[in-house]
Amino acid sequence: MIEARGLARTFKTRGGTVEAVRGVDFQVGAGEIVGFLGPNGAGKTTTQRMLTTLLSPTAGEATVAGCDLRRDPVGVRRRIGYVAQGGGTNPAALVDEELVMQARLHGLDRAEAERRAASIRGLLDLGDLGRRPVKTLSGGQRRRLDIALGLVHAPQVVFLDEPTTGLDPHSRANLWDHIRATRAQTGSAVFLTTHYLDEADALCDRILIIDHGRIVAEGTPSELKRRISGDVVSLNLDGHAEAARALLRGQPGVHEVVLAEGTVRVTVDRGDEQAIALMRALEAASIRVLALHVARPSLDDVFLTLTGRSLRETEAANAPS
Amino acid sequence: MQTLREAILVFRQQLRLLLREPVWVVIALIQPLLYLVLFGPLLEKVAAPGFPAGDSWVVFVPGLLIQLGIFGSLFVGFGLLSDVHYGVLERLRVTPASRLALLLGRVFRDTLVLVLQATILSLVAVAFGLRVPLAGAVITVGIIALLGIALSSLSYAAALRLKTEDALAQVLNTLSVPVLLLSGILLPMTMAPGWLYGLSRANPFSYVVDGARAAFRGELGGTALLAGLAAAVALAVIGLVVGTRTFQRDQA
Repeated sequence: MIEARGLARTFKTRGGTVEAVRGVDFQVGAGEIVGFLGPNGAGKTTTQRMLTTLLSPTAGEATVAGCDLRRDPVGVRRRIGYVAQGGGTNPAALVDEELVMQARLHGLDRAEAERRAASIRGLLDLGDLGRRPVKTLSGGQRRRLDIALGLVHAPQVVFLDEPTTGLDPHSRANLWDHIRATRAQTGSAVFLTTHYLDEADALCDRILIIDHGRIVAEGTPSELKRRISGDVVSLNLDGHAEAARALLRGQPGVHEVVLAEGTVRVTVDRGDEQAIALMRALEAASIRVLALHVARPSLDDVFLTLTGRSLRETEAANAPS
Repeated sequence: MQTLREAILVFRQQLRLLLREPVWVVIALIQPLLYLVLFGPLLEKVAAPGFPAGDSWVVFVPGLLIQLGIFGSLFVGFGLLSDVHYGVLERLRVTPASRLALLLGRVFRDTLVLVLQATILSLVAVAFGLRVPLAGAVITVGIIALLGIALSSLSYAAALRLKTEDALAQVLNTLSVPVLLLSGILLPMTMAPGWLYGLSRANPFSYVVDGARAAFRGELGGTALLAGLAAAVALAVIGLVVGTRTFQRDQA
């Protein structure tokens, strides 16, 4: 659905040339939810603005929904939806005015546009708000309207720039549900940017980690986490700790066994699959397991390992919250 | 054809939004009405040398109409900037709609409002004692419409390039005062000393004002009206070309 090859953008400023995006290569398949994860200023929004024809790349090329970005920008626009970070609605306009006009600018006739507006309102839980002025909507409703505007013409791929920034935790979780449901219903691919680890983790089939204008890692959330350090299985035992350590060290796929305050911490490749095998081995040696806990490394650990910086620290330093 | 359809969609949305806040249309009309009511009657007593033939209303009202045209259109860019800040323009730029349509829809709206304002102003002037041939008045309103197309396009282009309200206000104020003074809107430039008259001839708006006055006097075949029409058409074409180019630009 998206194929970017060496896409790059530099900006000339008074201080010199800024390389916002330094050549990124990636693909997004049909119906996939792919997230661009990185701190503010990493080049996420610049990449999206290039792919949505708002900004011409200084190097590289891309195909979006089958259309060449440079040669056929109108073809790209016909097939995509774009939801900017700050949204794009006039506070004085009515919800349906915005939806119908957006659909009609995509070439639909009035009846079809109205039908689509009503159906996307239903999908995004804006049911009876069609005649409401945009300025009377709550933050979460307005964000869902922004997304509805990006989807009303049934695009093959929709770009969401920081979809949940500024929303309260309840509205965020709610919006994630809606993004998942929308993908399931429409089959549109979703390409989103985020600087929230939990969002990338909860929503994305695949994550591209971007830092300083370059993609530094790519994979499913669990692949990325596994690549870094493996999972940790913590076992609470009724004694026999030393014996348990010796036994567990010999098990296949075990990297490290550490004793800490009566708990045995075992680092393995796949915690979810191996935890039961570890437990059975212990039971076979008559060591009882009282409690078991499997922890995966967070995406923050991944980011830390890849860039030497914690995403949370980077975020705190860059963004006024 | 596709562009026209898209422009009409933008036009209708813009018109709906305006009608939701009609107070702005009224405010824009109040200023020229104040000129008409509070300044116009003074002119009846003034027999300034160099005024073209005809009573003072025939001289004054065309100037007032063009002043309305200039100031009613020149500041529409501020409305576009608020759309830019809301992200509305960017959203529309990611639709397949032609960039010309995004500009034209707004310009159509501004021009329609201007024509209505000019008509109201002319009717009020008639109540005050203006006597003007209908054809002349209609042609003048047409000239105002052309000015509206020119200046609202240029205002949008300036807004997109300057990007902030502060910069736009400074540029527009700096430009509008000499344009106004050198157009002969307030007093005919035939009263001016030679150097000033020469300067005013470099200002296309002075031809437009002279043309509108000729139309009000009923001199429909004269060179003054032709020159005024030509200047208005040229300004409209320039405005649309500059406006479209600016809308097509990368908004980096």
